[in-house]
Amino acid sequence: MEHAHANSVDVLVIGGGNAALCAALVAREAGASVLLLEAAPREWRGGNSSHTRNLRCMHDAPQDVLTERYPEEEFWQDLLKVTGGMTNEKLARLAIRESSRCRDWMRKHGVNFQPSLSGTLHLSRTNAFFMGGGKALVNAYYRSAEALGVRIRYESPVDRIELEDGAFRAAWVGNERIAARACVLAAGGFESNREWLREAWGQNENGEWPADNFAIRGTRFNRGVLLKAMIEAGADSIGDPSQSHCVAIDARAPEYDGGICTRIDCVSLGIVVNKHAERFYDEGEDFWPKRYAIWGRLVAQQPGQIGFSIIDAKANGRFMPPVFPGAQANTLEELARQLGIDEAAFVRTVREYNAACRVGTFDHTIQDDCHTEGLSPAKTHWALPIDTPPFRGYALKPGITFTYLGLKVNEQAAVHFSGQPSPNLFVAGEMMAGNVLGKGYTAGVGMTIGTTFGRIAGAHAAAAARQGATHAHA
Amino acid sequence: MHTLDTLTREAADLAAGRVLPALDADEAEVGRILQICNACRYCEGFCAVFPAMTRRLSFDKADVHYLANLCHNCGACLHACQYAPPHEFAVNVPQAMAKVRAHTYSDFAWPAGFGRLYRNNGVTVALAVAGALALFLVLALALKGTLFHTPLAGNFYAIFPHNLLVSMFAPVFLFAALALGIGVTRFWRQAAPGRASSAAIAETTHDVLRLTYLDGGHGKGCNNADDAFTLARRRFHHLTFYGFMLCFAATSVATLYHYVFGWEAPYAFTSLPVLLGTVGGIGLLIGPAGLFWLNLKRHPEHGDAAQKPMDRGFIALLFFTSLTGLALLAARDTGAMGLLLAIHLGVVMGLFLTMPYGKFAHGFYRSAALLKWAIEKRRPNPIGVGGDA
Repeated sequence: MEHAHANSVDVLVIGGGNAALCAALVAREAGASVLLLEAAPREWRGGNSSHTRNLRCMHDAPQDVLTERYPEEEFWQDLLKVTGGMTNEKLARLAIRESSRCRDWMRKHGVNFQPSLSGTLHLSRTNAFFMGGGKALVNAYYRSAEALGVRIRYESPVDRIELEDGAFRAAWVGNERIAARACVLAAGGFESNREWLREAWGQNENGEWPADNFAIRGTRFNRGVLLKAMIEAGADSIGDPSQSHCVAIDARAPEYDGGICTRIDCVSLGIVVNKHAERFYDEGEDFWPKRYAIWGRLVAQQPGQIGFSIIDAKANGRFMPPVFPGAQANTLEELARQLGIDEAAFVRTVREYNAACRVGTFDHTIQDDCHTEGLSPAKTHWALPIDTPPFRGYALKPGITFTYLGLKVNEQAAVHFSGQPSPNLFVAGEMMAGNVLGKGYTAGVGMTIGTTFGRIAGAHAAAAARQGATHAHA
Repeated sequence: MHTLDTLTREAADLAAGRVLPALDADEAEVGRILQICNACRYCEGFCAVFPAMTRRLSFDKADVHYLANLCHNCGACLHACQYAPPHEFAVNVPQAMAKVRAHTYSDFAWPAGFGRLYRNNGVTVALAVAGALALFLVLALALKGTLFHTPLAGNFYAIFPHNLLVSMFAPVFLFAALALGIGVTRFWRQAAPGRASSAAIAETTHDVLRLTYLDGGHGKGCNNADDAFTLARRRFHHLTFYGFMLCFAATSVATLYHYVFGWEAPYAFTSLPVLLGTVGGIGLLIGPAGLFWLNLKRHPEHGDAAQKPMDRGFIALLFFTSLTGLALLAARDTGAMGLLLAIHLGVVMGLFLTMPYGKFAHGFYRSAALLKWAIEKRRPNPIGVGGDA
């Protein structure tokens, strides 16, 4: 019965996160019968969407939880800046405009918005926060999908897609063949595929495989199986296959699903040293929210892929509290011992830094005038000597948020084969985000892309299924 | 600075010989979880617990007890939590908070030894009710020689003289009020909230009377069986609470009638005490019945399973108080009045006896925690975290 049902499905959605759910909901609203296949068991459903917290939204005037205005052009310029031009303007503007009008639809399906959280005031103008975060959003969408009659199957990872001249025919879950008139792929990136990450990052000059020391900040189910299968089947790809969004997180973070709370936010308040107790980058280059994403890569380039963020008592209470308590000591020597780094070298680094500090008027809310002189690398802002015990240290390692490699799409979110759009195969979310976000990141833009292209893919898949049905009956 | 606050408080405690003991296992679990929550903060919009948490960097015993009682066990943060089981962080805020609340009630109980009555509250309630029932049935037999009698036109005092009832219920009620008062005062002192402005008191009153924090922060209500929101718990709780208050008002009005105006019971069906009692009684039937039904369907990870007997015992007591009261009202002109009266008084006595050592306490401790929050939120946040540039 299950199979007979599955075989008569209009739209098959592969994936179970935000983009997949948006696609399933829109397709169902358009009258299509929809089956959604989530690789994870129910308790781990939702992929990386469960770790998100907001949606970047264009708006021309203050709107419920959003302050002031964030017009299309400013959003576009922000995107252009973070991607360094690795974006498609037409698709990007489509997502930006869609972000200004999708929230009523999201509310209709149970998503609740709230103003920015404490510690995120810098996002109160641009980002609408989900009350309870992304998992609450995912739960709401699943409830709405079930209520609308979308059939949902968990623990159903799709290995491959059966194609015929660029058209979707069926998906294979193990030995089970699931046919549908149209299909939306929204199964995420490949960041939790260890072998693939290893290959993408390669081996460094010390003979290390840096990716072996990475934590994956999100789901363990984004193994990129379908992405790889599609590329091998001839689908056009986009985005740098070796790149991923990589931030510095607490080295004690779990291997998967550490999410937001494993971040370490005190880098700009102190110094960061590597395992040889050497500084390696300007910790005060810019405000932390604008810099955290480069520190993953910086730490990944250090021996052992480890760094240590060092602060003194003056920093206490000035940054988001970390999830794990740091090493704490009343002397620098003791702190070095606890962190397992060379005491003499560490004390020398701190002394040199302290001596180079030119302290003006410390102000963490502006790019202040506290800086170092004659030190390499310099610390250009917020440079206060590390001289007030207790001293604290947090070990850092790279944490991968998502990968950029995806499938190339047009404005209908269609998968392309040699430049030709598929009539009934669409893709959304992280599997195609690279079209808009070729590199870099800005808060909430992943959800903007996922929601926009999820909805577009769902609508076009429903239309393609209708058309397919008409042809079949003609 | 929070650290300064803590230091000041610790110094004051030391001087007063009130050093806070180390956290026990349940309290330490709350501390562990809040450390994770404080680094995440996605749940800030649901209730007061999380905004209160962001005013702290570490959680001592007083903080843990305060936050545990501020938690309404709505379940929203559990279903929304990216770190909830099976995640290895195993974050379950409502459960950890519920476990600590049981400690609050017993740790602050007066007299101290009676605190353990909370632990086996189901048994406590059962024994108290059974004992009180037996007492009134035997008393009725002793006074009248029979449980059935010729109709007495609703004259309760023909069975149990007024002064006898007053001499039995007044001390028990006053003791309950005193015991709860002392317990909550101890809790309040440990929480050290400072002075309450009239605005803070007004806000607390509003939040208590409206059950603001069962609205989920978005007005759709709290969670019960699953991740869907429902206003059922809030509504059934309102029926229970206001039903109880109307019954209490009925008794108070009747007391005034008796002592001030010299009007003795029975009162007519259209009299104020009977009308209040009838309306309240109906609320106190539907409310607890609904809460019991919700309690049966409650998601197993919400709250502390060990406290279900306490919750259900209290709900049942309220339900039977109302049921027996309404039955008594309906049959007060029949020969079964004496028996029904004895049963009703037995149940009410059971309720009064267990009041200071059962679920009833939650209203007082939670109101105190809400008042502390209303005071605290009016002060500048002592923690100025960065990242807001």
